[in-house]
Amino acid sequence: MEALINLFISAIFVENLALSFFLGMCTFLAISKQIGPAFGLGVAVVAVQALTVPINHLLYDFVLRDGALAWAGLPEVNLSFLGLISYIGIIAALVQILEMFLDKYVPALYNALGIYMPLITVNCAILGGTLFMVERDYNFAESVTYGIGSGVGWALAITLLAAIREKLKYSDIPAGLQGLGITFISAGLMSLGFMSFSGIQL
Amino acid sequence: MANDTKKILTGPVVDNNPVILQVLGICSALAVTTKMSTALTMCIALTLVTASSNLLISMIRNHIPSSIRIIVQLTIISALVIVIDQILKAFAFGLSKELSVFVGLIITNCIVLGRAEAFALKNPPLASFWDGIGNGLGYSAILLIIGFVRELFGSGSLFGIQILALARDGGWYVPNGMLLLPPSAFFLIGLLIWGVRSWKPAQVEKPDFQIQTVHRPEVS
Repeated sequence: MEALINLFISAIFVENLALSFFLGMCTFLAISKQIGPAFGLGVAVVAVQALTVPINHLLYDFVLRDGALAWAGLPEVNLSFLGLISYIGIIAALVQILEMFLDKYVPALYNALGIYMPLITVNCAILGGTLFMVERDYNFAESVTYGIGSGVGWALAITLLAAIREKLKYSDIPAGLQGLGITFISAGLMSLGFMSFSGIQL
Repeated sequence: MANDTKKILTGPVVDNNPVILQVLGICSALAVTTKMSTALTMCIALTLVTASSNLLISMIRNHIPSSIRIIVQLTIISALVIVIDQILKAFAFGLSKELSVFVGLIITNCIVLGRAEAFALKNPPLASFWDGIGNGLGYSAILLIIGFVRELFGSGSLFGIQILALARDGGWYVPNGMLLLPPSAFFLIGLLIWGVRSWKPAQVEKPDFQIQTVHRPEVS
């Protein structure tokens, strides 16, 4: 249990997907102009990440891993080279299902998050979370924790950046740095701040 | 025609750079630039994938129903990335370990999908191929500049060969460890954007909010 809490904390702060692995940067920079949409997208990423990482873990464990097909009587089959294409398929399908489910049963949430759903399929934070899960060989409980934790970390980072940018628009910035340039530098300063969490362990 | 090709090829390098103007493909641009060797590998991989995916998608562009085009594009791109990944694992295992998940993440690199959407779906195969190469070069230019600065000043070497004699080996240069950490990549790209936009003022963005200029009544 303690190990799981530790993993959760480090996935949010120390190994923040956006600020220390630079994942999901395109949406991170594009949708962070205002807090509202940024927070909405963050929530959507948490939901998708919490679903895709565990499901991809099951897929990897029971189908793709070297010798995983032993239960089907094919112990020497190794399908791990199909990993990338299956993960992205699962992610695209899940996002689509989640979108349809929200549209049918929770229309209020769909109206708030719907427009961000297509963006999430191609968000590298989602695929990145899955690939880290495979590379670090997490078990099922760990992948659930990691999925939620990394999603929360990403949401936290984008909401904070949006808050900074909302204030930043009133400041007097040199012409060449206007917009994208200053956003990069603020993200750099945030990443410096998040680095001070490194080394924290429970 | 030759002129068009040249424009498609060189346009993305400075005038319409995918990384610093279109804000595409930032993730890997920041993550793999601590060393020149990983940066160069990533550049070659990305250029190959963009060019071939543009070529393939453009060849079948009239047969893809628009409602499922994203998934068709993703399938083509991920098949190409799997090929690159397997080649790297077979012939450059050390590099593929260092690049860890970032080779796989070429699939979701916005440059590849962005160019497929914006260019390959509307243009003939050959032009799309050159567009892919051009954007790959634009991406490579940024990556190599950042990689050069980070490796040279962060560890005093280039491609792993020692250039500046380090203080801990009796030389004079004290490496700036900060350049090997994630924040420096953000700063460097920010400064690079500043530089390019001062050189090409047409790329400067308009401020969202303009402080009212005061018209002071002259009452002297």
